[in-house]
Amino acid sequence: MSSTAEAHGHGGGQHAHGHDHAQGDHGHHDQGWFMKYFWSTDHKIICFQYLFTGMFMAVIGGFAVYVFRMQLAFPGMPVPGWGRVTASDYNALITTHGSVMIFWVAMPVLIAALGNYLIPLMIGCDDMVFPRLNRLSYQIFLVSVVILILSFLVQGGAFGGAWTAYPPLSAKSAFNLTPMGSTLWITAVALEFVAFLLGGINFVTTLMNSRAPGMKMFDVPMVVWMIIIASILFMASVGPLVAGAVMLIFDQQIGTAFFDPAKGGDPILWQHLFWFFGHPEVYVVLLPAMGITAEVITVHGRKKLFAYRTVLYTAIATGIISFFVWAHHQFIAGIDPRMANIFTVTTLIISIPVAEMVFVYIATLYGASIRLTTPMLWALGFIGEFLMGGVTGIFLGASGADIYFHDTYFVLAHFHYTFFPIAFIATFAAITHWFPKMFGRMMNEAWGKVHFWVTTISFNMIFIPLFLLGARGDHRRIYDPTHFPELMRAGMQDLRVLATVSLLILISVQVVFVANFIYSIFWGPKADKNPWRANSLEWHAPSPPPHGNFPEGLPNVYRGPYEYAHPDRGEDDHWPQHEPPPEGAKA
Amino acid sequence: MSFPRPVATMREATGMPTGRLAVWWVIASEIVIFGGILGSYIMHRLGHPEWAHQSIHTNTWIGAFNTFVLLTSSLCAVLAHQEAEKKNGPGAARYLMFTTLGGLTFLIVKSIEWTNEIKHGYTITSNTFWSFYYTAAGLHGLHVLAGMVIMLIVAADARKGKELQRVENIGIYWHFVDVVWIFLFPLLYIAK
Repeated sequence: MSSTAEAHGHGGGQHAHGHDHAQGDHGHHDQGWFMKYFWSTDHKIICFQYLFTGMFMAVIGGFAVYVFRMQLAFPGMPVPGWGRVTASDYNALITTHGSVMIFWVAMPVLIAALGNYLIPLMIGCDDMVFPRLNRLSYQIFLVSVVILILSFLVQGGAFGGAWTAYPPLSAKSAFNLTPMGSTLWITAVALEFVAFLLGGINFVTTLMNSRAPGMKMFDVPMVVWMIIIASILFMASVGPLVAGAVMLIFDQQIGTAFFDPAKGGDPILWQHLFWFFGHPEVYVVLLPAMGITAEVITVHGRKKLFAYRTVLYTAIATGIISFFVWAHHQFIAGIDPRMANIFTVTTLIISIPVAEMVFVYIATLYGASIRLTTPMLWALGFIGEFLMGGVTGIFLGASGADIYFHDTYFVLAHFHYTFFPIAFIATFAAITHWFPKMFGRMMNEAWGKVHFWVTTISFNMIFIPLFLLGARGDHRRIYDPTHFPELMRAGMQDLRVLATVSLLILISVQVVFVANFIYSIFWGPKADKNPWRANSLEWHAPSPPPHGNFPEGLPNVYRGPYEYAHPDRGEDDHWPQHEPPPEGAKA
Repeated sequence: MSFPRPVATMREATGMPTGRLAVWWVIASEIVIFGGILGSYIMHRLGHPEWAHQSIHTNTWIGAFNTFVLLTSSLCAVLAHQEAEKKNGPGAARYLMFTTLGGLTFLIVKSIEWTNEIKHGYTITSNTFWSFYYTAAGLHGLHVLAGMVIMLIVAADARKGKELQRVENIGIYWHFVDVVWIFLFPLLYIAK
């Protein structure tokens, strides 16, 4: 089945390294190594570029959290691999961890890599509508990565104003002491936005114009819908922050007065511009994760998605409402209390569509023939862990409780219970689910399950202690808690140590994943083109798909993607989208 | 320029050519960028009636002249599209050159105006009004410049009768740049 793929193969043995440099020949159309893996316009190669760059950045983000968690658990002790952590190191590390994990891990992996891989394959076409724009998008993204890494090397070091970059701290080098680092950081963020704007335009246009013949609105797999809604959400929310980034760069380097109260500016303006983007951004990464879960639980549960349209409409509703909740980040920033009331209400309202999505997934699982494969475990884990993040968000959305919890570890634990399931648990579900398609081989299930259980348990062991610390008033941005007697009450330091030890376990167990991933790319058992017996179109292409995706011709679509265990199909519990209805059957 | 187009690019499930559809999405994403900076400006302006003492120094007549120039250049973009519909590539290219010339005039007038204002001590760092004034108009000016460059590329192809559908696409973008100015002109010049 997959022999054609081997012949054409650009998967299998040789995977792409997005951040590798040119070493092949620079020939024009001879598909040299450089042209094939670095200068490629193929959506699958661009997916790998984003995926591997994202994984590389996850190592940087992970290293940063390792160093500053060690500082918090054992203040003042030299950290292996870093040395003594100074206060400015600490600030640079938390900033790097936050911005890298959101902008350079969650976004490129969930939106760019998966969107690039899945959209053309799942809607049955041969590539994105603008392949060269796609390549440009990755190249701009790569430049942003390089600029961010360079910011560590300039005088003063990397920016230390947290990923939210509130002025005046971020705007005046007299305060942040990183005259170059802060500008390089905001430049890198702005370039990254440009990259994803180009990618988003490409994604949306591709879905709108290039669906396979016969694929109607409600035949589009949910993960594609979710990535598209997320792209539109990103496009509609990031604009003010692009303008804000320009204003901040001008404030830093030219001395304009946008955020400077002395000259008539207003630092709160930045908070509005930032969170007008920043809160929809949560849903920009959440929705693809929800889409992945929908695919995985239907394929591995052998059951039709319960209420397809409800999921779609709640996703759209979530997207729209997400534009009206941003000021819940600013309850203590001096906004009008009447405005705080309004934003409390909208914030509580947005939990309704999200909760509805979770209920739909639970209803899908009810009565399903669940196969506890590794991707299914990750998907179930996502639903459970994200639920924790969502429920604790209710406390923070209410302005009364938030004024107490603001900037404590409770907030931090809350949003890690949303972002970790999104950026890691759902991503692992996606990687383990689509791995056979991407590389034509299967991953090891046993090691996959070890990775799942240790990751999930250690993740909870990090953040449950942080919830408790936050409820006791532990402030987020404290470099050395030993300086504050009220933060050193009985048991508080023990909780910090527990969180840090759990983090060390979490980081170490990722070695199991990386080993399994690399081993399986080269030596895993061969996968046929549809190892999970799934319906959507990507499983109709060879594993891995050659350039052009469908060597037997682009498919037509006859039904929705979730026709599992259909009564008319007898023993065969799946009914691929591309399979024409039997002769004589009504259409 | 012999890039083989994938089948995906040729499909038109919406009935709108892919290129034009994408231009609309570009404009959608640009609207929120300008919306962000203009929204911030308007909120500040409402909160600071004293900015009227600053905006009195902007030159409404130069602004009005530039508005006229941009509107005229947009008319040429429409005429270029009309020629492109008639498959008259060289005609379309000629009108696109007129449009570019309009853009160039706009930028030259703008630079004279700015030089004058900077000479009188109203610079981007003077206070928040002037920060907004230069940043918003500068961002718009960059879009004018980008539009001119793209227009020259489209015109070079159109002259040879190639890629005539792009004449309409760059025209849509140019109208958008024009509309942004229609917002900037009253906000920065007329509101004294």
